[in-house]
Amino acid sequence: MKKGITVFVIMLISVVGFAQDKNKKMTFEVDGKCEMCKMRIEKAALDVSGVKYATWDVASHQLSLVMDERKTNSMKIKSAIAAVGHDTKELKATQEAYDAVHPCCKYREDNTDDSSTHKKHHR
Amino acid sequence: MKKYLIILCCLPFMAKAQDTVQGMVMEANPENKHLGLPGANVYWLGSPIGTMTLEDGTFSIPYSKEYNKLVISFVGFQSDTLTVNGPKSIHHWLKPSNALDEVVVEQKKEAVQKTFFSAQNVVTVNSAELLKAACCNLSESFETNPAIDVNFNDALTGTKQIQMLGLTSPYLLITQENIPMVRGASQSFGLTFTPGTWVESIQITKGAGSVVNGYESISGQINTELQKPLTDVPIFVNGYANLNGRLELNTHLNTTLSDKWSTGLYIHGNRRDSEVDNNDDGFLDNPLSNQINIMNRWQYQDLEKGWVSFINVRYLSDEKQIGQTGFDPDTDKFTTNAWGSEIDTERFDGSVKLGYVFPEMPFQSFGFQASYSHHAQDSYYGFNTYDIDHESIYSNLMFNSIIGNTKHKFKTGVSFAYDGYDELVNGNVFARSDRSAGAFFEYSYTNLAKLSLTAGARFDTHNRLGNFFTPRLHVRYTPWENGSFRGSFGIGRRAANIFAENQRMFASSRTIQLNGNGGDIYGFDAEKAVNYGLSFIQKFKLFDRPGDFSVDFYRTDFDNQIVVDWENPREVKFTNLDGDSYANSLQVELNHRVLPNVEVRTAYKFYDVKTEYQTGLQQKPLQARHRFFTNVGYNTQPKENGSQWRFDYTFNLLGEQRLPSTAANPMEYRLGEFADGYSLMNAQITKVFSDKFEIYVGGENLTNFRQYNAVLGADDPFGNYFDTTIVYAPIFGRMLYTGFRFKI
Repeated sequence: MKKGITVFVIMLISVVGFAQDKNKKMTFEVDGKCEMCKMRIEKAALDVSGVKYATWDVASHQLSLVMDERKTNSMKIKSAIAAVGHDTKELKATQEAYDAVHPCCKYREDNTDDSSTHKKHHR
Repeated sequence: MKKYLIILCCLPFMAKAQDTVQGMVMEANPENKHLGLPGANVYWLGSPIGTMTLEDGTFSIPYSKEYNKLVISFVGFQSDTLTVNGPKSIHHWLKPSNALDEVVVEQKKEAVQKTFFSAQNVVTVNSAELLKAACCNLSESFETNPAIDVNFNDALTGTKQIQMLGLTSPYLLITQENIPMVRGASQSFGLTFTPGTWVESIQITKGAGSVVNGYESISGQINTELQKPLTDVPIFVNGYANLNGRLELNTHLNTTLSDKWSTGLYIHGNRRDSEVDNNDDGFLDNPLSNQINIMNRWQYQDLEKGWVSFINVRYLSDEKQIGQTGFDPDTDKFTTNAWGSEIDTERFDGSVKLGYVFPEMPFQSFGFQASYSHHAQDSYYGFNTYDIDHESIYSNLMFNSIIGNTKHKFKTGVSFAYDGYDELVNGNVFARSDRSAGAFFEYSYTNLAKLSLTAGARFDTHNRLGNFFTPRLHVRYTPWENGSFRGSFGIGRRAANIFAENQRMFASSRTIQLNGNGGDIYGFDAEKAVNYGLSFIQKFKLFDRPGDFSVDFYRTDFDNQIVVDWENPREVKFTNLDGDSYANSLQVELNHRVLPNVEVRTAYKFYDVKTEYQTGLQQKPLQARHRFFTNVGYNTQPKENGSQWRFDYTFNLLGEQRLPSTAANPMEYRLGEFADGYSLMNAQITKVFSDKFEIYVGGENLTNFRQYNAVLGADDPFGNYFDTTIVYAPIFGRMLYTGFRFKI
């Protein structure tokens, strides 16, 4: 019986294929437009258990992550980001979540006039 | 996908203006080859209009009148902001970034940045702010900043003393790139040993600092970052001259040797040969001086492997002559022909820094720093002689990482310090060596929203201060948008170097009394104080322009202090504190950009600084209780080649100051109990011709306000009533200066 379990476990591991990385680096795009978005996106990512490091670049919209693959995966992180109102390629935020972001962060509308008024909110 | 989005964004603009800015972004290289940089971000600052460079590094971006700052950024390179006032073509080389972590695009660089999210109350002063005044050296870099008060030290050397929270510089930890600098033998003149042009930025922390830098900071910390070979311009020349006969020349030469090594040579010289005595008291209003200061820096970085390193060596030679006009050291030294003094300093500094960031884990790093300095000052003041030799070694090893994720960070490490002092005071030898080793741990938490805190502690063992524990705590809470409360608490200790810190007493007829209790440092115990404070900052928008309002209150309570008692005009008396000694400071600040190009800063400061002297609990002498500060800056809109005018004006109002008692002197050598309040004005105009060349003209103390009786007993400098230590206002009147800055 024990042997059986061992064999089964070994098989499982081979199914997974690669050892899971404790410090997996990853980068993907998240929509947003300002420093406040940056805080919101980074906070959402870091609140996911297993995410160790998250930095979102306002200019390039790239979110750089370091995560523990044994605890989380990119889809979990994208869901968390969508939940606070930010879109990624695979996952769009619900209208409800999007409506909840600060008025100055409405990145979907092409309302260019307000961007200059709030970009200096936080430094 | 992203490009489509951007194009969509830009469509409404396209309709308005068909103009575009085109160009190519390249990787900086010594041969200036056109190495196109694909994928760099190019966008208008403060707008949603942006694009990325193509495979060959070229880009095209719509131009609109509303935006004139074009930001070019790429991870691993320094972001640059270009001023573009019309559709044109741009070729721009991006320099590799020397920061190890990824580039953070700065939305707007204010010359003075107040932190908003850090737990500590930090004000960052960048080089733009330093250009607002002459800033010949570090001691003058704070003229336009209300967090620091600049006072004159004595009637002879003209050295400016800085204060924070009502306490003088010995109670501040002054570091250079996080290595303790202005301390021990260099306490009195050390700030004048860092030329202003060498300074890249200054971080001023109010209240107890971080435990990482040691246990010595009591009222605050001032850290100076110097120019770095990789980011400074290849050639920089600055010349300066003022009407008091002071001439300065600064030259920086920087070069990149390979993709990993760069080096810089920084040469500073200043001298004053002309004897100036505007107030006709027979004494020089300013020292005759001569300083040579040479620094060589080496910078290494390998971003792929994560290593970064700095190696610094510096040599300084500084000579000052003060005293009566016509004093000739060759014939008059140690005679009563004339009263005079010479202060000669030679200093050597060397330091090494090594940093490693784990390439797979950008949140984890090691840092090691070690420094050595040897400071030798030989001086005499009339018949008083004072020589000090100070050898210092400092090293620090630190590890930074996270607990779980970057919301929980920690720093931990060990440090070691050695100070060897050898002093000769009027023939008496004072020698001692201080050795300490310590370990520190600092935890910082941020929830990325309302709360952040930093809690640190260190334990040190010191051959004179014993074994002790130093806690520090900083908390920041943001209850509503753009408003932050901060609190801080900390304990600091230091071994006071009483002669080096109070050198001005040698230029008087006062006898020096050491009333120690048999302690370990000149017969005294170490100084110990608790500092705590609260501050609130609210940023706001008024007429669509940014401003901020802040209130700070800090209190420092001394457990033990070496009280320097000037209350008897015949003597200066040193005692261990017996009774109370505290400093309360309140600062209210209001800053606003009142017009698109006009920034106004105002601050009111109240200092209640009292110590138990032989005459009872008294306000510290020469410390104004009330101060008011205003600074107005106006810049014209820069043209495409960077040319612009810059105007800067600073107004300081000081309330009355208590003077040390001179009641025991005969009538003609008495000063009042208080010195009346007065105001000072400084102004500077800078004409920038291009990014390469600018000229500035300025004036200090424009209203020509002077203290006429700065040298008590000037008529009889070898008599009993000679005293140059009671200085509450400028001695030399209006001082006009001019200079140029040239860079390639």
